[in-house]
Amino acid sequence: MVDVNLWSGLRRFTDGKLVVSVEAATIGKMLDQLTTAYPGLAKVIEAGVSVAVDGEIITAKRNTPLRPDSEVYLIQQLKGG
Amino acid sequence: MSTIHVTTTVNGDAVEFLADPRETLLDCLRDRLDLTGTKEGCGSGDCGACSVIMDGELVCSCLVLGVEARGKAISTIEGMADGSTLHPLQRKFVEHAALQCGFCTPGILVASKALLERNNNPSENEVRFWLAGNLCRCTGYDKIVRAIMDAAAEMRGASRC
Amino acid sequence: MLKDPSKDASAGQFRIVGTRPDRPDGLDKVTGRARYGADISAPGMLFGAVVRSPHAHARIKRIDFSKALAIPGVKAVVTRADFPSGLTGEDWNLQENTMAGQVALYDGHAVAALAATSALLAREAAKLVEVEYEILPHVIDVDDAIRPDAPAIRPGAADHSVPEGSPPNVVRYIEFGHGDLEAGFAKADLVLERTYKTEATHQGYIEPHACLAQLGDDGKGEMWVCTQGQWFVRRMCAAVLGLEASQLRVTPSEIGGGFGGKTTVFMEPLALALSRKAGGRPVKLVMTRSEVLRATGPTASASMDVKLGMTKDGTMTAGRATFRMQGGAFPGAPVDMALYCAFASYTIPALEHVGYDVLANRPKSAAYRAPGSPMGAFAVESLVDEMCRTLGLDPIEVRLKNAAREGAKASYGPTFGRIGLIETLQAAKAHPNYSIPLGPHQGRGVASGYWFNHGGETSVSLAIAEDGTVTVSVGTPDIGGSRASIAMMAAEALGIAYEDVRVNVVETGALGVNEPTHGSRATFASGKAAVEAARQTIKEMCLRAATKWGIDPEAVIWEDGAAKPAGANAGDFPPLTIAEIASTMGSTGGPISGHHQATLDGVGASFGTHVTDVEVDPETGRTTVLRYLVVQDAGRAIHPSYVEGQFQGGAAQGIGWALNEEYVYGSDGRLQNPVFLDYRVPVASDLPMIDTVIVEVPNPGHPYGVRGVGETGITPPLPAIANAIAAATGARLRSLPLSPPKVLAAIQGRVDG
Repeated sequence: MVDVNLWSGLRRFTDGKLVVSVEAATIGKMLDQLTTAYPGLAKVIEAGVSVAVDGEIITAKRNTPLRPDSEVYLIQQLKGG
Repeated sequence: MSTIHVTTTVNGDAVEFLADPRETLLDCLRDRLDLTGTKEGCGSGDCGACSVIMDGELVCSCLVLGVEARGKAISTIEGMADGSTLHPLQRKFVEHAALQCGFCTPGILVASKALLERNNNPSENEVRFWLAGNLCRCTGYDKIVRAIMDAAAEMRGASRC
Repeated sequence: MLKDPSKDASAGQFRIVGTRPDRPDGLDKVTGRARYGADISAPGMLFGAVVRSPHAHARIKRIDFSKALAIPGVKAVVTRADFPSGLTGEDWNLQENTMAGQVALYDGHAVAALAATSALLAREAAKLVEVEYEILPHVIDVDDAIRPDAPAIRPGAADHSVPEGSPPNVVRYIEFGHGDLEAGFAKADLVLERTYKTEATHQGYIEPHACLAQLGDDGKGEMWVCTQGQWFVRRMCAAVLGLEASQLRVTPSEIGGGFGGKTTVFMEPLALALSRKAGGRPVKLVMTRSEVLRATGPTASASMDVKLGMTKDGTMTAGRATFRMQGGAFPGAPVDMALYCAFASYTIPALEHVGYDVLANRPKSAAYRAPGSPMGAFAVESLVDEMCRTLGLDPIEVRLKNAAREGAKASYGPTFGRIGLIETLQAAKAHPNYSIPLGPHQGRGVASGYWFNHGGETSVSLAIAEDGTVTVSVGTPDIGGSRASIAMMAAEALGIAYEDVRVNVVETGALGVNEPTHGSRATFASGKAAVEAARQTIKEMCLRAATKWGIDPEAVIWEDGAAKPAGANAGDFPPLTIAEIASTMGSTGGPISGHHQATLDGVGASFGTHVTDVEVDPETGRTTVLRYLVVQDAGRAIHPSYVEGQFQGGAAQGIGWALNEEYVYGSDGRLQNPVFLDYRVPVASDLPMIDTVIVEVPNPGHPYGVRGVGETGITPPLPAIANAIAAATGARLRSLPLSPPKVLAAIQGRVDG
């Protein structure tokens, strides 16, 4: 199980939870599991999110592996200029 | 509107073209003579990207009509090097990394050439105020000023030989 | 086999990385040979012109272009009717922005376009297109647009994030934070809450958008365009026009500046649509300067409330930021990124962030160098400075005390990896500029700033030529000298001369998808991929040598541009140079090239600290920048001159934003200053030399330790200048730009604000 930290605006889709534990070995599976557990998150994830794994921000990479002790944060998709 | 036949000299070569009287010298250089080194950044004389030298004067070619070029001598960026020998300013710009995107570079090179022809030992302040009509958005002007001062020093040294 | 350079200390251990060779495009650019967006022609070429709304908000009742089309020489007119319908999401936004549908949403919004046999004729004919408008109420300022009674620009545009009952123009909402805010503020000795405002600015690239487009009835098209991202242009044009992506080939010209404003499309689909309508004739479309300012993508304007708690020894205990931003008549103001960066320089136990993305009748905002970060920095760094002054504390010491560091929790949640903020603060403190004595009406300001940087989709090929020289094909247009840096990294990896590598920025047909040059990624991502591709060619060349020598490939090493036996045991063979291997490659196995494609990770963020001294004229309110120092973490500076160039360029744009630049609107909602005379960017006489210090805390995620540097430089100047003016005058201004009339009023009134 990996703990996924969500931003507080997402609370309304997760029954108030800011940290959700899912069984997932990759970012892609993690996002899929989140949507299965909380269908309200589907639109958010579809719109695009970045994921910070152990401090590094990963954008749009479903195959990135996760360990059970990985620090995982969902954040809004970042773009540069 | 009927076009007007213009004969003029550009970078030492006799040239001719047909100009609509509404066309600017910038339009004619770029679209009639295929000299695309001179750029349009604003069309209103505020950015200096279109700088050329006309009868010894530094002008914004977007503020000169093509038909006004009749009988004049025009120098553009394409005439700055002597064959494959770069002008010291051109060399120093590359050496000092005084360009990034390079779009303002032709205008700034022409403008600084005009400066050094009047004043071969400008102070930093004199360089900055002379260039106030040439916008650069990439460099912050620091390396441009250094390149010009270095070129001026080289040209002064060379002229003493 | 390559050493892992990111583990080593700094300069001296590389042959080429860290040196300052001439850039490969230098000769073309100083002679005028380099070709930009408008520097191309084609046989049969037509010239495009766009008809634009003069109203901030108006229903389009009727468009009659019959008079224009009747003119001989006018070959095509397009309106929204010529575009496919049924698009959704961001594709719809792009299409709606490219050409208005039923409503003109801002002054300058395109409503029709035409192509004619000369540029002058196109312009004249455009004036003959008759458009009947029904003017609607408009809203411009973000704090007006967020009111519940503001004219609703697009009901139903809010997404899932916006709470029920929000004002009609709020289209996105974000909320995040951690810790116990109340407890945090309770611990503080000083709690201040202030509001800050920034106005929209434009990236201000000197080259207007320009393209030459050709599209046939068979759906095959070509485009030459100045862009930061040719695959984005391809994808967006295909979506907006209903084309198949691969049938459109987009070639990037040299680009005369971008800074984020050329990562999207504005008039490019119009040029393609016109070409198709004109029987496939090529159409050249070049924007005028006022079109660029009115109808491309300035950045957002912001209204920000910040509250911060600090103990009297300078420890930050809690922070709260509420940001409202308008990004034009479409969602996309960078309020999320502004909030992520706002407190990023600090480790604060309790933080709350709330953000609103609001619609207004203004052009669709585009990215501008670290989008959102400068605005957030202006607010937070100004407040930090005000609190330091109130408590009598040194601004760098307070920043060091609370600095984000490796292993600390970032303001936006995750734990930081290796970062270099503290090193930049220490370098700023130790710099002579920090102790130069100041005279009357002079003041010193300090600020720090942050940008994440980005990896992204990257595809690079590296090929060995018959003579052993090397070509590298990249997809990232060169806006800051990346061709030089990539050539340097490839040459370093291969052990050959820098001059023997040529880097080409190629068109969409030549490589897999590449993300644009944005997010400070070109040197990082294309460089990293080029090194990988180089490693592949090295492996293949070693194999060719091993085969020739009849030994095990594991027994061959690559050194100084040649294959060599690994040791005396492997065999006594003279080195086989890259040129020698290349000259026979056709018969030893075929062409040798490497290719690397990935959505790259390993991105390293970049922190910076700026110190500036200003002098304010008490009679005019004019601010002169006396000194400006940029200290920023580059990870590893491949080409130090180009890193310095990014530092200086970012600082100059920030100074302009702080002192002069702003979008000025009339009460009719029309842009009042769409020319460079009135949209005042810094000129050479406005600025001093810009001192730079490159800090190198290598990024473990890149073979040479590179961190992107292009964007962070614009984030500290806004607060640094505001802080310096406060020090010089005693007057704290909280609304940008800090133009002379505002500064003068503040000095004379000694009024906060």
